[in-house]
Amino acid sequence: MTMKRSKWGALAAVGVLVMAFGWLIYGGLDSNVVYFLTPKELAAKGVEGMDKPVRLGGQVKPGSVVWDEKALDLRFTVTDGTSEIAVHSKGAPPQMFKDGQGVVIEGRYGKDSVFKSTSLMVKHSNEYKAPEKGERPSEMYKSLMKSSGS
Amino acid sequence: MSRNDTTQFGPPRPAPAWLGWGALLFFLFTQVYAVVTSPADAMMGHLQKILYVHVPSAWVTFAAFGVVLVASIHFLWKEDERADLLAAASAEVGAMFCGLTLIQGMLWGRPTWGVWWSWDARLTSTLVLFLIFVGYLALRSFVEDPHRRGQWSAAVGILGAINVPIVWMSVRWWRTLHQIQSDPREVAPVFLRGWLLNVAAFSLIAVWFIWKRYEAARYERAAEHAAQAAALGGNNG
Repeated sequence: MTMKRSKWGALAAVGVLVMAFGWLIYGGLDSNVVYFLTPKELAAKGVEGMDKPVRLGGQVKPGSVVWDEKALDLRFTVTDGTSEIAVHSKGAPPQMFKDGQGVVIEGRYGKDSVFKSTSLMVKHSNEYKAPEKGERPSEMYKSLMKSSGS
Repeated sequence: MSRNDTTQFGPPRPAPAWLGWGALLFFLFTQVYAVVTSPADAMMGHLQKILYVHVPSAWVTFAAFGVVLVASIHFLWKEDERADLLAAASAEVGAMFCGLTLIQGMLWGRPTWGVWWSWDARLTSTLVLFLIFVGYLALRSFVEDPHRRGQWSAAVGILGAINVPIVWMSVRWWRTLHQIQSDPREVAPVFLRGWLLNVAAFSLIAVWFIWKRYEAARYERAAEHAAQAAALGGNNG
């Protein structure tokens, strides 16, 4: 009898813990943790979203990339299809950075409407494709190795 | 004292050596096969090869913690010590593969994303999963009484295993740097074969590891019971 009661007690305790834990995870994470803002969301925040550390995510607008190799100065535009934000970054971008690529940028959105990047990350897709004819993935590989070795 | 302690079950069935050797040879074959047969990926070149260890490690992590969940519930319900020992063995193997998954992911992230680490929901939840099971293993070594150890660690094991679906869904529930799961239809067949073969090979290795650890745990527990009986002076119970 006592054995039975302790078993049910233990199960009830686990049940309560599980529910508390689940509530923490769902209630807490879901509303608070937004890993990055889209250009539209950041722009909608107006002055409130400016001059504080945020992450901005979207695609590199094709044709917008201006890269000064000598000054290691990179300017491009991030778009979510509806809004766009100009980004200014120092240093060489990751090797997979290119037109149309998904990116997440850490930094601050300045009063001059330029997003100053402190860290530029490339988001890659979940697809794996063999290279098409004419593409040279082996060179990509070499340059990747070089950059990650530095 | 629990009603069903392991002394009444006799010695455990030993993990057959052929399973261990077979798993190792199969793993070596699938690794070589996957690397040799797949071309460079169109986007990331040969860095794609990390797929063949990263994804199988993650899969084995999830499966091992799934075993912890089932065995822990079974232990709380039936108070069968063997279930507690199976949960402990699986938690150990799962924690090891979870750590491997994190390290492989970091090695992959640096050259592709540009960073070793970022606090997105997938990476953070995976780290939490890892830490919970490191805590689980630490807890086991702190609690002296086997029955209480089993109950406490079952509670932690169940809580920890609840994280598995959260880690799995994190890339869909929240915005993350980590990409969503690859649908096999989105993976070119030339990559897919090596991927699935390696999932099978890693699974076999995990089965071998868990079985071997479980076997050892049974003998440890038998020794524990013997020592307890000796301390009580002769007859057990």
